[in-house]
Amino acid sequence: MSEFESFVTLLGLTAITVLTRSFFMLSERELRLPDWVNRGLRYAPLAALMAVVVPEIVMSHGHLITTFKDARLYAAAVASAYFFWRRGILGTIVSGMAVLIPLKLGLGW
Amino acid sequence: MNTLSATWRHPDFRAGIKDMAAISLGMSAWALVTGVAMVQSGLSIPLALLMTFSVFAGSAQLAALPLMAVGAPIWVVWATGFCVNLRFVIFSAQWRPFFMRFPLLQRVALGYLSADLSYVLFMKRYREPHVGAGQIEYFLGGACINWFGWQTASVAGILLSNVVPVHWGLGFAGVLALLGLTYSLLSDRATALAAAVAGGAAVAAFALPLRLNIVVAIAAAVCVGLLIDGRGNLGRRDAARDGSAG
Repeated sequence: MSEFESFVTLLGLTAITVLTRSFFMLSERELRLPDWVNRGLRYAPLAALMAVVVPEIVMSHGHLITTFKDARLYAAAVASAYFFWRRGILGTIVSGMAVLIPLKLGLGW
Repeated sequence: MNTLSATWRHPDFRAGIKDMAAISLGMSAWALVTGVAMVQSGLSIPLALLMTFSVFAGSAQLAALPLMAVGAPIWVVWATGFCVNLRFVIFSAQWRPFFMRFPLLQRVALGYLSADLSYVLFMKRYREPHVGAGQIEYFLGGACINWFGWQTASVAGILLSNVVPVHWGLGFAGVLALLGLTYSLLSDRATALAAAVAGGAAVAAFALPLRLNIVVAIAAAVCVGLLIDGRGNLGRRDAARDGSAG
């Protein structure tokens, strides 16, 4: 991409950030959602986050990983165990990274 | 909104900073890696700085960069960014009751500042909008620290892209932060099952273009959730309670 094309692309991406983050707050009119949509909204945020997170843990280069020698699996497992034990997000991050970095640097996983 | 100094001194503003500070550590590591990725995928430093200060959406940036690097059509980059950001559209429906009392421009600004972290922390703390209960101060405290933490680390990544040890896998800290946030949204068996379905669907549909796998995952999880809700009284009662609470 040329410098100019990249610039235009970035402007568009900025507009997308602004538009998506304020989407349902733009109109003043009362927002009447059908009942099933309201009930579905309970699951949607969770699903969207999972859809971003899970491929980052179990996929590389667009394919499901086929090896157990991947540091991300163990880091995510330890981080999950920590979360359900203590419920702290900082500890979840720190414990996961404490597993990930040695496996990556020490064993090359 | 109150004056700036009143907001700054508000105890809930401090509480927002405190709650966010711990998590934004993981996000900062992610921002650092995003900064490096922008420069290494071929963006010039001015464009990388423009991207971090304007686009301000880590996962969308990381999805867009490889496409831009290979010269994909602009609309493909935009459509991909939109799908990755689709979760914010859903979040915005839940921000609405809390933010509608502000004028349009301020609502847009509040929306722009609201990322994943702000959403989860805020919705766990407040179930219903109350004017003057420190809600907006709490939001702004968290959003400020999140913005500064993200931008500082991102700019550091852009300027130091040659020396940051990306092979350590530092970017995974952001994934772990999002994983923890997702777990904290699990409240019962129905949400856990919906989450599992979403994760599986996102992987299974990964081959779809434009990151449409995210759309598939949301649709699948909502269907499963509604099916569980529709059966038995427990699900219905939960839904009714959640519905009345916002």
